[in-house]
Amino acid sequence: MTADVIIIGAGVTGAAIARELSRYKLKILILEKEAEAAFGVSKSNSGIIHAGTQNPPSSLKGWLCVEGNRLIREEIAADLGLDFAQCGQLIAVFDLADLPELEIIKKEGEELGVRGLELVDRAWLDLNEPNISPGVKAALRVPSAGIISPYRFVYALVENAVKNGAELKTERKVTGIRPQKGGGFEVVAGGEVFRARFLVNAAGLYADEISAMAGAPTFKITPRKGEEYLLDKKREHLSNHILFPLPSATSKGVLVIKTADGNPMIGPTAHDVEDKADLSTTEEGLEEVLAGARRLIPSVSKSDIIAYFSGLRPVAGKDFIIRHEDSAPGLVNAAGIQSPGLTSAPAIAVMVAGILKEHGLGLEPKEEFRRLRPRPVHLFQVPPEETRRLIAKNPAYGDIVCRCELVSAQEIRDALKRGARTLDGVKFRTRAQSGRCHGGFCTTRVIKIMQEELGLPATAVSKRGRGSELIKDERK
Amino acid sequence: MKKRDLVIVGGGPAGMAAALAARAAGVQDVLLLERDQYLGGILNQCIHPGFGLHHFKEELTGPEYAGRFAALVAEDRGIEVSLRSFVVKLTKDKELSYLRPGALEEIKAGSVILATGCRERTREMIPIPGSRPAGIYPAGLAQKMVNIEGWIPGRAAVIVGSGDIGLIMARRMALEGMAVKAVIEIQKTSRGLVRNVVQCLEDFNIPLYLRHRVSAIHGRDRVEKVRVVKVDDASVDVPGSAFEIACDTVLVSVGLIPENELLEMAGAEIDFRTNTPVAPGVNLTSIPGIFACGNASKVYDLVDWVTRDSELAGKMAAEYLERPEAADR
Repeated sequence: MTADVIIIGAGVTGAAIARELSRYKLKILILEKEAEAAFGVSKSNSGIIHAGTQNPPSSLKGWLCVEGNRLIREEIAADLGLDFAQCGQLIAVFDLADLPELEIIKKEGEELGVRGLELVDRAWLDLNEPNISPGVKAALRVPSAGIISPYRFVYALVENAVKNGAELKTERKVTGIRPQKGGGFEVVAGGEVFRARFLVNAAGLYADEISAMAGAPTFKITPRKGEEYLLDKKREHLSNHILFPLPSATSKGVLVIKTADGNPMIGPTAHDVEDKADLSTTEEGLEEVLAGARRLIPSVSKSDIIAYFSGLRPVAGKDFIIRHEDSAPGLVNAAGIQSPGLTSAPAIAVMVAGILKEHGLGLEPKEEFRRLRPRPVHLFQVPPEETRRLIAKNPAYGDIVCRCELVSAQEIRDALKRGARTLDGVKFRTRAQSGRCHGGFCTTRVIKIMQEELGLPATAVSKRGRGSELIKDERK
Repeated sequence: MKKRDLVIVGGGPAGMAAALAARAAGVQDVLLLERDQYLGGILNQCIHPGFGLHHFKEELTGPEYAGRFAALVAEDRGIEVSLRSFVVKLTKDKELSYLRPGALEEIKAGSVILATGCRERTREMIPIPGSRPAGIYPAGLAQKMVNIEGWIPGRAAVIVGSGDIGLIMARRMALEGMAVKAVIEIQKTSRGLVRNVVQCLEDFNIPLYLRHRVSAIHGRDRVEKVRVVKVDDASVDVPGSAFEIACDTVLVSVGLIPENELLEMAGAEIDFRTNTPVAPGVNLTSIPGIFACGNASKVYDLVDWVTRDSELAGKMAAEYLERPEAADR
């Protein structure tokens, strides 16, 4: 199969690039090694849409973040039917002697174009953040920051790219890249060979290996682990903003994060690790996160925790690597996309399209780019009149499968129609299994709906792809 | 808004006993809401014997015990059963909304009995660190998989916690040909009934490690092993005592939590340590006319006692419907 552009990796970076390129008359192929999009680095993202502060004004990260934030707020969230909550962020100081540090962050942010930054005092905090620690003396308020569901962001980008003609192939781990004599590449993935003139490397933790395979061993990715702990939705109003401590020399700081689904989240840790597959959490990590979160909100309790996970940030030095590799003509790297990568993705996509154009890819706009994606139905979000209307249209919206998060059989079917292939994919899209009982009640029903819709035997249904099947045998 | 005399949420043993007792006490109109597609609740997956020794003076399996009540409920024309019906809202004024395939119903009840049972505590609540592969199941979910669906979850299991469901499942999996490597219990004694320790572990040579805990679960896609460590009487890890057990399945049986989110929504007082209603007596809640019975009111070890107390709840609701002002003051 031959495409104009092959994008390696269907995380947020690859997905945003695919959607951006799908505006043009191009054949675009996305190769993903996992069973679904967003199953790599992106799924463990905290979902913060950063404003752009705390990046050096001269960095790539800085301006891409500010521009990505603007694109998400002003266009993309609405176009793709995503819930973006602009809750704002506070960077807290525990000592008024640190105020000059906040002034520097404010000044650097303003240079990058971040708007509305203001220093707030204790009286403001008392009024607006009643649970915040008395130890917090002042804060920098960053109103343009917000939250989004990271995986739903990726799914929306991919769905929209596919709607506009891009093709996604999952379970296609790239095992070989052969530069061709007349230009372009042959890519071996999942036993198939794909060809394209241009290659975009958005392979996250494995971007260094992909770049080397294509002939440009120009950087190394170091995984930096972050453990995150989700709290019960009952603690939804723990904080009104995303809370950051001012980073100190010893600690980058544990945050108190609001999430798109209402559960507060505390974390992350930041420790460099060797293993790119090490997603374990630790007792030490939990203690570190609890202590850090309690500095900001003393009432955070271990018993509020309902889930935890860790993610790996793909670190390649201090800044993003977004460039054409002259040693491998046709290869564009979008690598080292750690924080604020989720925010920056739409701006990175525009930048990558520009680099491709500079290197000879024709960008001729399609007559019709379908920029809108219908918002998926979530019963837990809609008022009773809307629930009634949905059920009248389709009775299965009244058939509740997940009782903790109020998810109907039809929402599960909708998710499968939109591309979910695994239990985790259903969970990320619908929230089924993500509540207090962790799927104790609904897992068997979800598996059965997956069997019906996907035509699979029970033994083929997996948590997150091959090797993670849930059932070993079916009794006859 | 439709009016009903008594609405019972939950069609397991508690809800069915309450419905029948309320009818016997003179309630004319009972609506029994069950979220699943059949009555009986968790008893349907408890295919082992040991039920009914007190109530029926004979030994029954879970489905047999549930079946006797379901037959009585089916015969009673004063009880309307609505299956696949899921209550999404309850107010202190006993207004209820529930979803069922094809409809969102709204009802004003004279009295409400919550017989919503329990959910299982999970791995995340302990919490056990490590990775999050496939193969980790709450014991009750594993029981449902094996007994209702006929799905064998794995080949070699370790069970965390020695609650009754965990013990029963140790035997059940052994009977299905799975290797049950160990039951790990942090306390000094088993949490389950003695008869279950004997019949489910000892008879099958399944080792029970008391005063041990699972300190990590490992495995990338599927569980590969657990790390186990011995603890002293203060529950502190004994240095150098850690060992690993290879397995592809971990069952978590570390207790039950009464499901009282509806009661909480209605504004009743809840003791958040146990998730049970704060009330002056059995089956009562802080809201007059709203009752909670069975495992929603406290965790029982025998279904016979659930039946006994839930029958009382049915009577209490009948008395309330006779003279609501007496309870409302």
